[in-house]
Amino acid sequence: MSGVRLLVGTRKGAFVLTSDGSRRSWQVEGPHFAGWEIYHLKGSPADQQRIYASQSSGWFGQLLQRSDDGGKTWASVGHDFSYQGEVGAHPWYDGTMRPWEFTRIWHLEPSLDDPGTVYAGAQDAALFRSSDSGQTWEEMVGLRGHPTAPAWQPGAGGLCLHTIIIGPDDPSRMFVAISAAGVFRSVDAGETWRPANHGLSSEGVLPDPDADVGHCVHRIALHRSRPDVLFMQKHWDVMRSDDAGNSWQDVGEGLPSDFGFCIDVHAHEPDTVYVVPITSDALHYPPEGKLRVYRSRTGGHEWEPLTNGLPQQNCYVNVYRDAMAVDSLDPCGVYFGTTGGQVYASADAGDNWAAAVRDLPAVLSVEAQTLP
Amino acid sequence: MSSLVRVRLPAQLRTLAGVGPEVQVEVSGPLTQHSVLGALEQNYPVLLGTIRDRNTAKRRPFIRFFVGEADLSNEAPDALLPDAVARGADVFVVVGAMAGG
Repeated sequence: MSGVRLLVGTRKGAFVLTSDGSRRSWQVEGPHFAGWEIYHLKGSPADQQRIYASQSSGWFGQLLQRSDDGGKTWASVGHDFSYQGEVGAHPWYDGTMRPWEFTRIWHLEPSLDDPGTVYAGAQDAALFRSSDSGQTWEEMVGLRGHPTAPAWQPGAGGLCLHTIIIGPDDPSRMFVAISAAGVFRSVDAGETWRPANHGLSSEGVLPDPDADVGHCVHRIALHRSRPDVLFMQKHWDVMRSDDAGNSWQDVGEGLPSDFGFCIDVHAHEPDTVYVVPITSDALHYPPEGKLRVYRSRTGGHEWEPLTNGLPQQNCYVNVYRDAMAVDSLDPCGVYFGTTGGQVYASADAGDNWAAAVRDLPAVLSVEAQTLP
Repeated sequence: MSSLVRVRLPAQLRTLAGVGPEVQVEVSGPLTQHSVLGALEQNYPVLLGTIRDRNTAKRRPFIRFFVGEADLSNEAPDALLPDAVARGADVFVVVGAMAGG
């Protein structure tokens, strides 16, 4: 019988949750790397036993772990994320220029077809690639070498590259998102990049609200069957692009708040999209203390609240940008983790929810692997 | 000339390196923070970058170095360590500083 494995990164370690295909009860293993911040874990689509994990701490810096047995055992691999060439500088919060400084890896994106190739998104923003299963890393310098890079400013969480998407039909097409620079697209496997932010508007944030770069994009997602259609949760605004990021339209009307962090797409329905509205940039918790996932079955514009099984009073958690995932079973499973340490699971595309686990450390990321 | 130096690591780095509370490293030449940490990193490559920056060799902000009751964290990396470290009477202690409230 098929099953699901959830890879959960938290402030104080990694957890691996497993269930059979019913997705009703979950076995919890962990914490792995207890006491360390695990910003992200992700399994290789080409080898589900191969998992990469970003392990970091303010004391000891950045490490990378790899498992070749589905998260049972781990080995430290290479963690030299040295910027290549001239380091350069970007604007700091006080308006001064500050040299690029590596802090951590926010996101890991394994290749779709090669378990030995994996991409890593860094703070301060840069893209790295390993083609030897994580042993060595090389910066893909075309991104940070973009002429706009000296104008990239950090969001509240730092100047972080937090989203990496590899084209499901054409791996030479890639997207990355950087807070607070925006979306960049490559059509040559990451050698060169161009901003893809036309149509984004950041009133009250940018002097020029329609600038090419400077937008605080929180997350982008696409469905593998429709690689030209992108969905975005921006700082404010839920957006959609039908032309691979050439232009964006606002599709968030009807949401109780269009601020939020995460966004994801149903595994089998390309127009079914999920977000978790958060009150505002100042109030990082759900509106009215009600934890609601909103689902659109129309690719945006029309949204319905999904509340069954979720706390509808006194709930003041946040859901971070990497903390939502879907499996590929039928019906589609949807998962998200909160800063309160709950991981909620729905085995019916969001109609009903239950906590797969409670009281973990604050959840930073959730990924789902569908097991044979 | 070489010295066998005792080094104590914080718990997180012991786990990472797969060692007990104290390790011994052989250090050639003058005994300094720089040479001790270099020998430590050579013996345990996983520790590269966890105590000091791998490119600049600058101590990470929340790491401190002690010998006995002396805080050597802000000493020059190439300053000689106390003789007691070379004799094995004292331990070079790497500490993860209290921080975070």
